[in-house]
Amino acid sequence: METCPSVKNILLLDSEGKRIAVKYYSDDWPTNNAKEAFEKAVFNKTQKTNARTEAEITMLENNILVYKFVQDLYFYVTGGEDENEIILAAVLQGFFDAVGILLRGNVDKREALENLDLILLCIDEIVDGGIILETDANSIATKVASNSVDAGAPLSEQTISQALATAREHLARSLLK
Amino acid sequence: MVYLMIKELSPCADEVIIVTSSLMKDMNSRTDMYRANAIRVLCRITDGTLLTQIERYLKQAIVDKNPVVASAALVSGIHLLQTNPEIVKRWSNEVQEAVQSRAALVQFHALALLHQIRQNDRLAVSKLVTSLTKGTVRSPLAQCLLIRYTSQVIRESGVNTQSGDRPFYDYLEGCLRHKAEMVIFEAARAITELSGVTTRELTPAITVLQLFLSSSKPVLRFAAVRTLNKVAMSHPMAVTNCNIDMESLISDQNRSIATLAITTLLKTGNESSVDRLMKQITNFMSDIADEFKIVVVEAIRSLCLKFPLKYRSLMNFLSNILREEGGFEYKKAIVDSIVILIRDIPDAKESGLLHLCEFIEDCEFTYLSTQILHFLGNEGPKTSDPSKYIRYIYNRVILENATVRASAVSTLAKFGAMIDSLKPRIFILLRRCLFDNDDEVRDRATLYLNTLGGDGSVVETDKDVKEFLFGSLDIPLTNMETSLKNYIQNPSEEPFEINSVPREVKSQPLAEKKAPGKKPTGLGTPLTGPTPVGDTYERLLSSIPEFASFGKLFKSSGPVELTEAETEYAVNVIKHIFDRHVVFQYNCSNTIPEQLLENVFVIVDASEAEEFSEVGSKPLKTLPYDTPGQTFVAFEKPEGFPSVGKFSNVLRFAVKEVDPSTGEAEDDGVEDEYQLEDFEVVAADYMVKVGVSNFRNAWESMGPDFERIDEYGLGPRESLAESVNAVISLLGMQPCEGTEVVPSNSRSHSCLLSGVYIGNVKVLVRLSFGIDASKEVAMKLAVRSEDENVSDAIHVIVAGG
Repeated sequence: METCPSVKNILLLDSEGKRIAVKYYSDDWPTNNAKEAFEKAVFNKTQKTNARTEAEITMLENNILVYKFVQDLYFYVTGGEDENEIILAAVLQGFFDAVGILLRGNVDKREALENLDLILLCIDEIVDGGIILETDANSIATKVASNSVDAGAPLSEQTISQALATAREHLARSLLK
Repeated sequence: MVYLMIKELSPCADEVIIVTSSLMKDMNSRTDMYRANAIRVLCRITDGTLLTQIERYLKQAIVDKNPVVASAALVSGIHLLQTNPEIVKRWSNEVQEAVQSRAALVQFHALALLHQIRQNDRLAVSKLVTSLTKGTVRSPLAQCLLIRYTSQVIRESGVNTQSGDRPFYDYLEGCLRHKAEMVIFEAARAITELSGVTTRELTPAITVLQLFLSSSKPVLRFAAVRTLNKVAMSHPMAVTNCNIDMESLISDQNRSIATLAITTLLKTGNESSVDRLMKQITNFMSDIADEFKIVVVEAIRSLCLKFPLKYRSLMNFLSNILREEGGFEYKKAIVDSIVILIRDIPDAKESGLLHLCEFIEDCEFTYLSTQILHFLGNEGPKTSDPSKYIRYIYNRVILENATVRASAVSTLAKFGAMIDSLKPRIFILLRRCLFDNDDEVRDRATLYLNTLGGDGSVVETDKDVKEFLFGSLDIPLTNMETSLKNYIQNPSEEPFEINSVPREVKSQPLAEKKAPGKKPTGLGTPLTGPTPVGDTYERLLSSIPEFASFGKLFKSSGPVELTEAETEYAVNVIKHIFDRHVVFQYNCSNTIPEQLLENVFVIVDASEAEEFSEVGSKPLKTLPYDTPGQTFVAFEKPEGFPSVGKFSNVLRFAVKEVDPSTGEAEDDGVEDEYQLEDFEVVAADYMVKVGVSNFRNAWESMGPDFERIDEYGLGPRESLAESVNAVISLLGMQPCEGTEVVPSNSRSHSCLLSGVYIGNVKVLVRLSFGIDASKEVAMKLAVRSEDENVSDAIHVIVAGG
C-alpha cells in the first residue's frame, strides 16, 4: 500500500515472443512455466498494437503493462495494478534509451544478442529487487559501461582508434543492409 | 558481470566464505562502481552474523559522497529490513542524514528506508512528512513517495475532521502544479482516494486529470481514465465535466482506454445522454474483445437500474448483442443482466421474457438454456398471458438435447401446476413426452403427470404437491451426499430419512485451508470480517428450530468483545432482541492450531439479571483451528419491558489435541473451561436508531399527549461535547439534522434524537444542554412518543445512567 513504487518484472522479447533478456522481481510467477506462460500472454495481447512512436499501456491479469517496440525488439515493464503508471513509463523510457546508448544506436535483435551482457547489466542497474534505482538513461549507460569488463573506460573517453573501429563497424553494417 | 552471477546464484553465507571476503575487500576499493555492486551483492547473500561484521562499512556507505554507493547501501537496507530489522533500525541516524542529501535519488531511497524503519510509529511518520513538505525534495520519485506517505498520515490522523481542511491537503494541491507528470498524477490520485472527500476538494484534481485525457501519450490517457473511472463510482457528479473529452476517447486506438471511457460514461451519464451513448456503443462492441464486452455489459446493467424508465432501449441493446457471436462467459453475463433487469423493473418483464425465449431458440450453450428455462418456469406463470411462452418451451422439448429437454419438461409442469386453466393442455403435451428417448425426460414426465393429477380435471393443485415438486431444498448438498453415501454403505431396514441430514455446514478440514498465505494467519480469522448483518441474522436465527418461535427480530447489537486481543480463544457476543426473548450469539474462534474444540457451549450466570430466565441453548459441535463458529443461549424476559442485567460467562468445551502436520485429532478429549468477560444488556439495546428527515414536523405530529419533560444535573464534565455524546450513547438513538456535532467553545447546545423502541414505538427526544464556568452540565430532556410508558422509560434510563 504505502510502499515504494516497485516493478514486478522487466522483459525484452523478440518479434516472435521469445525471450532475449528477462528479470522477475515478484513471486507472482514462481515456476519457469508460469513465467513463460506470462510472456506468451503478454506477447499475444500486444503484438497487434503499434507501440513504436509512443509507449503504450494495457492491463493483464491485474497487472499494468507498459511497453514499447523498436525494430524487432519488444520492451515490457510490469507493475501492480495500484502502481503509478507514469512511474512505470519512466522506468521503461530509461531502459529503452539506455539500451539505445549501449548498443550505439543499432537497436535490433542481433546487436542485443551480441551484447547480452550489457543488456543484463543495464536491467540490473535500473531496478534492484523491485525497487527503482535509476531512471535517467545517461547515468544508467555510464554505470553499465564502467562496470563491463571489456570497455575499460566510459564511452565518452574512447580513444581515437576505438572510435575509428566503431565507425568502420557502422559503415560495414549499413552497406550490408 | 561477476557480481551479477553471484547475485543470480545466491548461495548462502556459510558456503562462500572466499567470495564474501573478496567482496568485503571490494567494498573498500577505490572504484566506486565496485563498491556499490559489492554492497548490493553482499547484502543479498548475507545472513545475520556476517551482517554485523560489515555493518560499519554499510553505515559509512550510506553517507558516502558518491551517490551510487549511497543508493546501493540504502536499497540494500530496504531489502534487509525484511529479514534483519533490528540491525537496520540502528542506522536510522545515518539514514536521516542521507535524507538531507543533495543527490536526488539518494534522497528518494533514504526516504523510503526511513519510512519503512519508522512505519509503526505514527508520530514519527507524521513528523517526517511535516519536515519534508516544508523542505526541498529533489527528485520526482521522492515527491511521489512523499505524496503517498502524506495520504497515509491524512488517513490515520482524522476520522472526524469536520472543521475545515484536512492537514496537508494544501501540500497535495500544490503538487498538482509540479513540473513532472508523475508527481501531478500521483497527487491527483491521492486526492481522489482520500476518504470522505468533498466535491470542492476533488475539483482541482479532476481538472488536472481532464487535461491528461487529451494528452498524446497513451500512458497518460490510460492513467487519467482509470482514475476517473474509480471516482465515478463514488462521485459521479464530479466527473460529468469530463464527459465530452471521454466521448472522444471511445474511438481511441488503445482498446483498454476506450473500454474504460465507455464504462465511466455509463456511470456518469444522465437520462438524456443514454440514447446517444447507446448508439455509440453499438458501433464499438464489435471491435473489442470478450473480456471488455463483459465489463461493458455490467456497466449497462447498473445504468439500467439507475434509470429504470430507459429500460426499453437498453433491453433492446442487450438482446441485439445476445444474438451476435460471443463466448460463453459473455453470453452468460448478458443473460444474467437481463434476468436482473426483469426482477427489478416490473415493466420490463414481458419484453425481457420474450427476448429470452427468442434467445433459447438457437442458443448453443446447454447451461444457459437450462437456466433460462428454469427462470421462465418461475416468472412465466406470474405474467398476464402465460400461454404464449408455452410454444417456446414445447419447442425445446422437441428440438434440443436431453438436458434441455428434461429442463423444458420441468418448466411445462410448473406452468401446469401454477395455472389451473392451462392444465389440460399441459397434460397433453406431457403425455407426448412419455415417449421420449431419454430416461430422465420420461421419468420427469411420469412424475409430473401422476402427482399433478393426470386425469385432466381442472382442480387446484394441492399445496403439498407444489411444495414437493417445486419447493427449494434447504439442506446443504454436501451433507446430503455424505448421508446418502453412508446410507448405501450401511444398509438398514428403515428407509432413508431426509430429516436426518444435518443442516449445519461442516467447516472445511485443515488440509484444504492452505490458502496462498501472503498475510500471516497466526491470529486466526478476524471475527469482525465475515459477520453477517441485519436480515442475515434473522435468517440465521430462524433457521435454528429452537429459536424460530420467538417471532420477529427487533434488533441485533454489534459484536461485543468478551476476550482480550491475541488470546487463545477469541469470543465476541451479539445480542439479539425479540419481543419476549433475548438470544445471545457467541462467535467463537480458536487460534491454537494444535487444538480442536468440541461440544462448545457457554454457561451464563444471570444472577445479576433477575428478570431473565434461561430458556434454551444451542451448543457448537466442533470448533477447529481458524474457523469461526457460533453457539447460542436464549433467555426469556417479561414482554415489552426493557429489562437490563449483567451476565457473566464461562466457555465450556472438550479439547482434543491435533497433530498440525496431518490435521487429525486424537480420539479422547479433556473437559476444560475458559473464563470470559461479563457483558450487560442495557436500555440502549432496546432502541433502534431510526432518523427522521424533518424533526420539527415529526415533533408536531406526535402531539404532546405523551410528552414528558424533566431536568437533570449531570455534574461536572470534561466538555459539553463529551456529555452530549455520553447521553446519545446511553439512549442509543439517532441524532437528526446533524445536531450531534457540538461547536467548540459553546456554552449551550440543543440535540434532536429519534428512534424506535421495542414494541415498535416511535420516540422523539429533544435535549437542551448548558455548561457553566465551573464545568457543571445541566440538561433538559423532553420526550414525545406514542406510548406514555415509553416516555417514562426513557426518563428512567437517563436518570439511572
